Amino acid sequence: MIPASWYLILSAVLFSLGVIGFLIKRSLITVFMSIELMLNAVNLSFVTFAHQWHSVKGQIFVFFVMMVAAAEAAVGLAIIIAIFRARATLNVDQVDLMKL
Amino acid sequence: MSIWLFLLFSILKVAVVTAIFLGGVAYTVLLERKVVGRIQNRWGPSRVGPFGLWQPMVDGLKLFLKEDFIPAGVYRPLYLTAPLIALGCSLLSIAVVPFGSQDITVHGVKVFELADLNIGLLVLLGVTSMSIYGIALAGWSSNNKYSLLGSLRSSAQMISYELALGLSLVGVVLRTGSFSLADIVKAQSAHGALSWNILGGGQIIAFLIYITAAYAETNRAPFDLPEAETELVAGYHTEYSSMKFAMFFMAEYGNMITVSCVATLLFFGGWNSPFGHLFPEPQNIVIQALLALFWFIIKVFFFLFLYIWVRGTLPRFRYDQLMGFGWRYLLPIAMLNIVGTSLVLSALMANS
Amino acid sequence: MHLILFIIFAGFCLAGAINLLLQTHPINSALSLIVVMSSLAVLYLLLGAEFLAIAQIIVYAGAVMVLFTFVVMLLNVGEEEKTHGSKAAKIIGFPAIVAAFSVLTTVILAIQNKLGGVKLSDGVTPMTELSTVLFRDMLLPFELTSVLILVAILGAVALARKEGHR
Repeated sequence: MIPASWYLILSAVLFSLGVIGFLIKRSLITVFMSIELMLNAVNLSFVTFAHQWHSVKGQIFVFFVMMVAAAEAAVGLAIIIAIFRARATLNVDQVDLMKL
Repeated sequence: MSIWLFLLFSILKVAVVTAIFLGGVAYTVLLERKVVGRIQNRWGPSRVGPFGLWQPMVDGLKLFLKEDFIPAGVYRPLYLTAPLIALGCSLLSIAVVPFGSQDITVHGVKVFELADLNIGLLVLLGVTSMSIYGIALAGWSSNNKYSLLGSLRSSAQMISYELALGLSLVGVVLRTGSFSLADIVKAQSAHGALSWNILGGGQIIAFLIYITAAYAETNRAPFDLPEAETELVAGYHTEYSSMKFAMFFMAEYGNMITVSCVATLLFFGGWNSPFGHLFPEPQNIVIQALLALFWFIIKVFFFLFLYIWVRGTLPRFRYDQLMGFGWRYLLPIAMLNIVGTSLVLSALMANS
Repeated sequence: MHLILFIIFAGFCLAGAINLLLQTHPINSALSLIVVMSSLAVLYLLLGAEFLAIAQIIVYAGAVMVLFTFVVMLLNVGEEEKTHGSKAAKIIGFPAIVAAFSVLTTVILAIQNKLGGVKLSDGVTPMTELSTVLFRDMLLPFELTSVLILVAILGAVALARKEGHR
């Protein structure tokens, strides 16, 4: 038997790593990956709570998060392609103007 | 039963299945060369051994002894792992396929299946979706524009056709109410060929979609655009030689065998005889097991033959035609099939 | 058994996440993220969420991350350039994340006893139960996500389309 808190702490660590990645990475695509990492970390804690409280709702919520993440990835990557076409760079420090 | 006995049996099963699988891969290559040869009005390999039966061994030896050349400018870590991913996924997917009746056990261990999972069908889909990486990374890390084009094509193609593939299986799952491959076969065992999903189940459209999408997933003709030799040299494996090339080759044929097994299990009643209970069943359990295995192998062989037949006779699709076909025809038809199947099933449920 | 599996795959998760931060080439980061996601799928299995584990593999590792690698390959994104970065991130971001992490761990450790333990013998969630809740109680959100995905597809096509192809 493993304490459920271990799963939750793992989830917290992964989430923090995601935030750090979001802050220090300079490539737009890696920043986006850090967001996915944060979503995954949160999903882990949802599944843990669903297991501990014997409720299916937590798992259903993870399912919804996955669907939204898929939609988000499609739109986000389309935006990244559009930015790359306009700027020829993916560095977040050089993509700081609100116009083309 | 002790855990060590279980472990021993499992390792034994894995070794036997892997050996048979790789042997099957080698002889599928020979079969392909022979059949395509006959389609093109020539003999195919006939020099080594009777009917060229030793040809796969010699080919394997040749590939093994060739110089293992790594071009300058490749991205080494990914260049080296890509063939491993491809072959690994191909071998992994055979683990959930049951080959024969589940009732035959030795010390409580099922003889004819490596892993009996509740979600066997989904695992197959998951492994298929992971196998894209082998091809995509191979093309990217080769630092060659033909390889890159091949792998870009294949990622787009495999993602597109995976949708149709997954949706075509939903009809079968709805009929059975289970994702376990063994349960799906059991549900088709009542009246021989009449209760197979393709006939009695009314899943013939799903079967056609499945087989088309599976051909695209395994990058076989007429959907072999990722390695179209007339356009892209050899596509994603242009820069690979020796054993690394052989790994891609084995992965492709291994995937063919897995697809044939899955088509057999899902639509053609698996190891059930097409005559149902017309003839009295043999009493001896060994003969029963062998008979089941016999029917399974015959059906898988039929699908492998179909693969080769299609390859020998159909011209390759153009890329835009391929995408249009996948998204505009296969996907909507697969969805209609799901709607139709669920309507029929709910009507039947309301009646009974 | 459970402990060994947990340690191995939690280790993979952490290693992948740290590697994601350390690598400079996006494709390496993407592959580390795939490792994280696949290991998370195994952790889901340990928690009895069979369907989610395989959905994680199919949706995240098999579809979303393929899109990422596809875009990296398509745009031929090179190594990441080191630039100055955002000042606000350094001044507010790092203290904030340290604070958030400390609060989270303190709370989790404080309620540790109430949470109890995870046992493998609890078994897996049957898929019928999952689908009953999903398609009965949660029907409206489910339908809404399908609309959302449709909108996302249309948006992606509109965004990624080349100008002048009208």
